[in-house]
Amino acid sequence: MLKTIIIRVVLGLLTLWAVSILIFAATEVLPGDVASAILGQGATPETLAVFRHELGLDRPSYIRYFEWFFNALHGDLGIAMTNKRVIIEVLAPRLANTLFLAGYAALIAIPTSVFLGIVAAINEGKFIDRFVNIVSLMTISVPEFFIAYVLILYLAVQFEVFPSLSTVFPEMGLADKIYITALPAFTLTMLVMAHMLRMTRTSVLSIMSQPYIEMAFLKGLTRSQVIVRHALPNAAAPIISVIALNLAYLIVGVVVIEVVFVYPGIGQFMVDGVTKRDLPVVQACGLIFAGAFVGLNTIADVLAIMVNPRLRHPR
Amino acid sequence: MKIFGYKPTATAWIGLAIITIFILIAIFADAIAPYSESESVGQTWDDPSFANWIGTDNIGRDMLSRLIFGARMTIGVALVTTILSFIIGTTAGFLAAVGGTVIDQILSRIVDVMLSIPLLIFALIILSVFGSSIMTLILTLAILDSTRVFRLARAVATNLVVMEYVEAARLRGEGLWWIMRREILPNALPPMISEFGLRFCFNFLFVASLSFLGLGIQPPYADWGGMVRDNGKAISFGIPAPLWPAMAIAMMTVGVNLVVDWILSINSRPSGASAEM
Repeated sequence: MLKTIIIRVVLGLLTLWAVSILIFAATEVLPGDVASAILGQGATPETLAVFRHELGLDRPSYIRYFEWFFNALHGDLGIAMTNKRVIIEVLAPRLANTLFLAGYAALIAIPTSVFLGIVAAINEGKFIDRFVNIVSLMTISVPEFFIAYVLILYLAVQFEVFPSLSTVFPEMGLADKIYITALPAFTLTMLVMAHMLRMTRTSVLSIMSQPYIEMAFLKGLTRSQVIVRHALPNAAAPIISVIALNLAYLIVGVVVIEVVFVYPGIGQFMVDGVTKRDLPVVQACGLIFAGAFVGLNTIADVLAIMVNPRLRHPR
Repeated sequence: MKIFGYKPTATAWIGLAIITIFILIAIFADAIAPYSESESVGQTWDDPSFANWIGTDNIGRDMLSRLIFGARMTIGVALVTTILSFIIGTTAGFLAAVGGTVIDQILSRIVDVMLSIPLLIFALIILSVFGSSIMTLILTLAILDSTRVFRLARAVATNLVVMEYVEAARLRGEGLWWIMRREILPNALPPMISEFGLRFCFNFLFVASLSFLGLGIQPPYADWGGMVRDNGKAISFGIPAPLWPAMAIAMMTVGVNLVVDWILSINSRPSGASAEM
């Protein structure tokens, strides 16, 4: 089992490395180069040369890649092009904010969706199952900002329960933070809950057709007893990996939500960077997002291996 | 009434109706819209009236007219993206299945790495390099999205290449391209069609999100995501202006999803299984 897990982790690290190459290469595929793209058609050869030198573009790309990559490993993500600030200093508090928001949403979403998924599975075909199904299908199909604005309109403007903008400061106490970030956290929760809930329901139900479940029924157990005692432990593996995958999705969903609620997180930082075409900032944020995504996917696989004995032996 | 020999369910009819209406609106936008796309006809966020049925937007343009013109842009871009993505993805996927181990390994590993970066993040990185014109937007999204199509196309095609009729075609001496087009494609179509609906939904939401972030379709063109962005501030005054375009987006995706659910139930694949980020 340990061997399988180690292989999976090494694969994850390799993926991350490949991803870093891809992120770097994405900024190199331009015909011409970044400098001419940013300065536009009207740039004189002299300004281009100066700008290229400033960006370090006059050196071969593989050297620049390794420099960037090893600096990033040391936590040095370079200097922002637009305002010459050290990226990591701006990024670190924002990353903390984003993780806070994502963690907040996850804490609400995971227990609720697993619980509702099991309830839906127990009551398969009945009203509550259909209701939960339809509502979750709607939240999947609807854009995230729609949910956000509906929540703002009702909970912030009409009934003034929560603030509509989530401006947080480092000095703020935890209770204040939780109150102020309630709306973005709810929106994120609704975004990720649907998939987790439907997957919990599907994996519990797919196990219901197994012979040992029929056996349990024939022993005279009630439907909820069968589900909780016999089906759920065997459905745990897919549920856990879906949860981890959805946490990865949470990391991405955060981008739009942060912009809606003007929340000072890394997603908003990245969007700002893209608008100003500040490549070092975009690369840094991209690396962090991709790292979180790959990391959570690896964790999902490792947990699945640990929970499900059938996956412990490599084929 | 039957479509392709199958009777749509009630929900599928609702979905079909929504899609048809929206597409008709998009095609005949010039004839339907009461005002032009960029004409300022009132004050900021006027209330609904006979002149402006659902009010005006942040610089006094008629909301309804912009919604109608926005349908053309938003649906059009998403549709072109999805078609392009399917052309790239299906060709590459079939090629990986038919063309032998080396091609398969190369394509699959490239796609694996691309799949391990969230689409939105990848798109943001590329758009920050190329800037955001409609052409780059469509190309970027199509190429990124084709990685998802690739996986399905390859999976479907690997099951088909082992069939006798493909073997027969090979022995006849038909070329790769012929086998892909005449033997694999017709048999791979049913699962690809429902996937087309899902990918369209995804791309549609994706274009809307990018425009909402100000990085998608650029002004002066009306598009639903951008309209939500422009009118976002109205919500704190209790004016539902950003909700109209957001609702239009939601209706379109729900409509497509209803139809896709019906197609999936024909193919009897478990619903929600291929919903992917």
